[in-house]
Amino acid sequence: MDAAQSSGAGMVTATTLDNDRARSVASRVVDPEIPVLSIAELGILRDVRSDGHRVVATITPTYSGCPAMRQIEDDLRAALRAAGFDEVDVVTEHEPPWSSEWITPEGLEKLTSFGIAPPGAEIVCPRCRSGSARLVSRFGSTACKALMACRTCGEPFDHFKEF
Amino acid sequence: MSEATLSTAPQGAPDSDRSDPVHALVAHADDNLILAQRLAEWISRAPELEEDIALGNIALDHIGVARALYTQAGSLEGKGRSEDDFAMRRSEREFLNLLLVEQPNGDFAHTMVRGVFFDVYQVELWADPSFAEDTSLSGIAARALKEARYHLLHSSSWVIRLGDGTGESHRRAQAAVDHLWRYTAELFEGEASGYRDVWEKTVGEILDEAGLRIPDDPYQRSGGRRGFHSEHLGALLAEMQWMQRSHPGLEW
Repeated sequence: MDAAQSSGAGMVTATTLDNDRARSVASRVVDPEIPVLSIAELGILRDVRSDGHRVVATITPTYSGCPAMRQIEDDLRAALRAAGFDEVDVVTEHEPPWSSEWITPEGLEKLTSFGIAPPGAEIVCPRCRSGSARLVSRFGSTACKALMACRTCGEPFDHFKEF
Repeated sequence: MSEATLSTAPQGAPDSDRSDPVHALVAHADDNLILAQRLAEWISRAPELEEDIALGNIALDHIGVARALYTQAGSLEGKGRSEDDFAMRRSEREFLNLLLVEQPNGDFAHTMVRGVFFDVYQVELWADPSFAEDTSLSGIAARALKEARYHLLHSSSWVIRLGDGTGESHRRAQAAVDHLWRYTAELFEGEASGYRDVWEKTVGEILDEAGLRIPDDPYQRSGGRRGFHSEHLGALLAEMQWMQRSHPGLEW
């Protein structure tokens, strides 16, 4: 079956292209709570695979109670469908569990520019860069953040918790 | 409860094998769901705004854990039950949660003392590799462990602050320990018997630092893990399940 073999060889290239395109579309979906950060930069997009029409995107929740996960699933489906992928499966993978260490270096920079101190040993005020801050509340506006206040400039700010 | 009442009670999981992973998953999921429902009752009435947010966040973590455990239980059981089937379509006798988590919130000291008792227990449960292995939960357990440690940081710092605070805060924190202690032996029934030593040591250290003492009264209540509950669970379920009971299958 020469035709099948040649089209089979063509499929490899097409699949690779589809994979790249699906991955690129999925990577641009943003976190609804921190809209400067994509889900790829946040480290919750684990894998994207496509055979042309069908896409399987694998995500890992940050916190057990993160209410944004459902929204992220819906946004992923919508973005991939809009890009021409008819069938989209979003799979939730719990193993291994997400860690704040999975946030990319670009993601960490974007957090600071958005006014959120990134996770890390040293908490730096995203506004005045002072290293002196006090904890206001261990629980902030979302499950992943704590509320701090800068001792130097006096401004309150969110801190993305190490997890 | 009389034999006659018992025989007409809805039949559920309570008679199943305690070492059955589905039974264990449902029991621990029920703990997390019922405590989440209780904690959510604080929203808009916590002592300060930060606590409103904190208790809401902790409740969300517990709901997230409950959902993951119900889903896993449904998948291991293989009868097609969803997380909503477990949470919204079981009756009081079929719930296997601890009596501790269904008790009314009381004052803030009660809620924080209950938090310490439960959080120390959860830290041990999620750190126990055999539980995670028996229930194929390792990823979920690792995440829940980090969360439980964070919850404990919150509850223990409040118990220490209240116990070691003013005369009034000390009195209320001690009253909470005295009242809730009777629900603690139940934590170590069955598979969880091995958790007691570390739990007593950890809780003892926190209470010591808070200047609080464990009551001498040996009276203990139990029954939750077998589906025998206090009068409070029925009312809680009536509120929580009302929508699904009135409009079965309703979806957002």
